[in-house]
Amino acid sequence: MNDLDAEDRLRFEQLVLPHVDAAFNLARWLLHRREDAEEVAQEALLRACCFFRGFHGGDARAWLLQIVRNTCYSWLEKNRPRELMVEFDEELHPQPVATPESIAIADEDRERLSRALKTLPPRFREVLVLRELEGCSYKEIAAITSIPIGTVMSSLSRARRQLYSLLTNSYQKEAAREV
Amino acid sequence: MRCDFADSLLQGYFDGELSAPSAAEFERHLQHCVHCPVELVDLDLLRERLQLAQLYEVAPASLQKRIQAGLRPVAPTTAMSQPSLWHWLAAVAALLLLVIAGWRANPMLRTDDYQTELAEEIVDAHVHSLQPGHLTTISSNDEQAVKGWFKGRLTFTPPALDFANDGFALQGGRLDVVEDRSVAVLVYARTGHLINVFIWPTRERDTSPRLGSRQGYQWIDWRKGKIEFCAVSDAPTPDLQQLHQLFTN
Repeated sequence: MNDLDAEDRLRFEQLVLPHVDAAFNLARWLLHRREDAEEVAQEALLRACCFFRGFHGGDARAWLLQIVRNTCYSWLEKNRPRELMVEFDEELHPQPVATPESIAIADEDRERLSRALKTLPPRFREVLVLRELEGCSYKEIAAITSIPIGTVMSSLSRARRQLYSLLTNSYQKEAAREV
Repeated sequence: MRCDFADSLLQGYFDGELSAPSAAEFERHLQHCVHCPVELVDLDLLRERLQLAQLYEVAPASLQKRIQAGLRPVAPTTAMSQPSLWHWLAAVAALLLLVIAGWRANPMLRTDDYQTELAEEIVDAHVHSLQPGHLTTISSNDEQAVKGWFKGRLTFTPPALDFANDGFALQGGRLDVVEDRSVAVLVYARTGHLINVFIWPTRERDTSPRLGSRQGYQWIDWRKGKIEFCAVSDAPTPDLQQLHQLFTN
């Protein structure tokens, strides 16, 4: 990481390092395990440092997240290629007929949401994480994931629908168990 | 059940990503669609739930430390074990360079920080204004009407200029708050993009335009005649530069 001169290093520290949390959060949701996320986030930062001379201003967070995402996908291809093939099976998760009357906001709900998110295919999971957790605009998501804005919108739509259906299903199952 | 016609518009509307005309179109649709209002509520509940669950995972301190450590130059341990005049001289020279770099970088740093914060606030205000019903309080392309509306509402009168002939059509104006003070905002339409121009009085001298981008929005900021202007939009930067030209000519 020492191939930047003092001035570039200072710029890197000011522009890129504030987004280490964002880098880790994205890696965490793409790779699940904390250790993997730490390893890959660190590798991504190292790469970002190498590429930094090619960064000519603009949105540093989107620039870094793009590198993090690519590093995560390379890592998945190498270590867990099967995860990239998973497609969401609408048959297994049919559209619910009823909506839950109340929404639990306890730790339990966090666990349920977290599990549901992890069930989504990575391409849907990443747009949701970028939009809902990272607060990225469509334009930023398009830049980070290298997909057109129209596709960002339709992916978000499908991702939300699937998440919603997963959540209502698990809610119904648990409700049934309690009865 | 879902409404196919509105599906993609619905997401864009929910995320505040539609242009004002599309948002208006969608709102007309909302008035007679039985599915979309329900779906909007569901989307909202889902978002609220995701937010309440605090799923964001911040980087562990150990990772932050490792990255920071990777950035620092490696300490010259061999030099310390065999100290010589040259090594000491090199160390002093390096220290001097660092001090100079720090001294040179610091004043820039402060303006940059200020700029970043200001840009952040203005981009937020811009995004907020794109929500339905927030864009303009006075909707008019009549320069006198817009100017008259601002009179008495602010301690200064912003220049309300319509540049429709150059492709920047005045849509109207509103008041907004930036850095805890009321500012004037003029709204322009530019081939599918909306531009907010934030205007407030300043004591600083005139500056040439400064450019930046944030969250996918471009901004340009300049001061002229004790007034500061900041235009922000998703329109390309050259468009904003052209608008700056129109204002300053």
